[in-house]
Amino acid sequence: MTTVGIDAPGAEKTWDDTGRYVPPPAAIKPPKKGFVPPWRNPWRRPYVLATITWLYILWSLVPVLIAIQFSFNDSRSRSSWNGFTTEWYCCGTEEGSIAEGTSVFGAGANDALLTALQNSLTLGVVTTLIAVPIGTALALGLTRWRSRTSNVANAVSLFPLVTPELVLGSALYLVITTLYTQIGLGRNALILGHVTFSISFILVIVRGRLVSIGSEFETAAQDLGATRIQAIRTVLLPMLIPAIFASAMITFAASLDDFVVSNFLFGDASQITVPVLLYSAVKAAPSPALNALATILLMGTLTALLLTYLVLRLRRRGEGGSALDDLAGVEM
Amino acid sequence: MAVTEATAGGRKDAATRFLWPSLAVPGTAWLLVLFVVPFYGIMAVAFSSQLNILGQPIPAWNPLNWDFTVMGQVIDQSINGTYRSAWEHTFIYTGIAMSVCVLVGYPVAYYVARLARGNRGLLLALILAPWWINYLTRMLAWVGILGDEGYANDIVGFFGFAKVDWLGGQWYVVVLALVYGYLPFFIVPLYAYLDRIDQRLIEASRDLGANTFRTFFRVTLPLSRIGVITALVLTALPMFGDYYTNTLVSNSPTTVMVGNSIEESIQSGFSRGQGASLVLLLSAVLLIFMAYYLILTVRASREAR
Repeated sequence: MTTVGIDAPGAEKTWDDTGRYVPPPAAIKPPKKGFVPPWRNPWRRPYVLATITWLYILWSLVPVLIAIQFSFNDSRSRSSWNGFTTEWYCCGTEEGSIAEGTSVFGAGANDALLTALQNSLTLGVVTTLIAVPIGTALALGLTRWRSRTSNVANAVSLFPLVTPELVLGSALYLVITTLYTQIGLGRNALILGHVTFSISFILVIVRGRLVSIGSEFETAAQDLGATRIQAIRTVLLPMLIPAIFASAMITFAASLDDFVVSNFLFGDASQITVPVLLYSAVKAAPSPALNALATILLMGTLTALLLTYLVLRLRRRGEGGSALDDLAGVEM
Repeated sequence: MAVTEATAGGRKDAATRFLWPSLAVPGTAWLLVLFVVPFYGIMAVAFSSQLNILGQPIPAWNPLNWDFTVMGQVIDQSINGTYRSAWEHTFIYTGIAMSVCVLVGYPVAYYVARLARGNRGLLLALILAPWWINYLTRMLAWVGILGDEGYANDIVGFFGFAKVDWLGGQWYVVVLALVYGYLPFFIVPLYAYLDRIDQRLIEASRDLGANTFRTFFRVTLPLSRIGVITALVLTALPMFGDYYTNTLVSNSPTTVMVGNSIEESIQSGFSRGQGASLVLLLSAVLLIFMAYYLILTVRASREAR
């Protein structure tokens, strides 16, 4: 306890000329030095929690670093280290090369890996180009349009967020193989599936920004003579650009990442995406080339993430706060 | 003059009255055709009574033709038959995994949100990182580590124990993989929630004489209850629908989960009806979680308006 002995029983109270209390010298006890039990000290450093946090972070990231390490393994094993090589990435074509005919790039590479990479990137771009306009328009419409129908539309548009991908994937698979048969499994089905799960989170991100902007700016523009459509185009849309950009990057990353829906809808090997290929190949033909492919995919996602971060940071300049906090909030 | 203004205003209103609905139309229509109809398709397949030449159920789009025999069989099998162990595994594994998520995830989210000072940005970036790394990549990483010649067995061997067949259908490996896969999805929403707790409430508790533990259990924990539940729902939904984690780290009938049964029977063709019925049962279980989350979200968005 660190009580200072003011009003200690028996101490005589004295006041100076201005009426201020002057404690007798003996009554002032210095705070006890020495051991303070940690639960009594609110300013102690939280060593235990810090340790747990850093252990968790190590545990969550070290396996991935090990996987990246093995993409450089000079052996066909994905588990035991045998020296460094870049042949799994490129050009492992010479006779006797460890990666003969299975590297990701270069002459004599494994076509399946490169095809999967191309499919994933194309799918990500096309999904983003379709889903972002639809999702943004939906956010604008649902935020400003008040009616009973809009409440229903609102509920429907949130459901995909909470539907497990397994349910969405099997539903789309069943309906494409029985009702929408003219679409057929393959590229078109993949695009439709990816856009479907993207629309809802674009809606949530853009709407979050719309709500924080409020309607004052539009009203001001209209008071100054703009039509409602001009107000949206010249005032609201420019203010929404960061949110739209963030949702575009997240859509792209989510599309690159998606496994469940793609696994139901990809059809045949020519339309396979990277995650589906990784899944099917790890049992059938495991090799460090898979790690190389996964590493390349990771670099793609990280580039998208870095761009988003920089754009959010640019927007945040002068506003204070942290762009990372924005990113953390963005997924909600 | 006044008249023309009024008519111009009236025409403008007519033109813009449909602006918001028409912006919402493409997205709503998309979700109707590719989300609502497919979900109805699951029911049509599950409740179908006719098979085509290939032995696959023909979807019964008309509810009057619905037939519940397959559904009845599946429920029967779930209670006392082939699907029973799958359901048991699903509930036990996700139950343990979610408990671990709370026990490990809460301290981490709490530390980063409320206690970390200088390196908070770095910590936040690091706990966000797994969110952006492909799920399959993260699972493949463990498949490599847990392989026969992998680092896990190197460590076990270093301490003089015999090699363990980690990937041969061990239930604890499946739970570990589920925790590894979904813990980031627990921590980040909880972080966002803990971050918003008013520091003054915690200081008030201190000023009123509560010590660290008392403050935590009487103030912080009750305030974060909704955050914990939200994070648990967001983790539970994908975990219940997971089948690939299990396949990658075990692929053994001894650890089969409902997701595995669904994936297998939906894609096989013959047992599509069973698969669709299982999806409906799983959705019914998850509906509780989904409804809770939707109510929270809708309430929050209404408050924000």
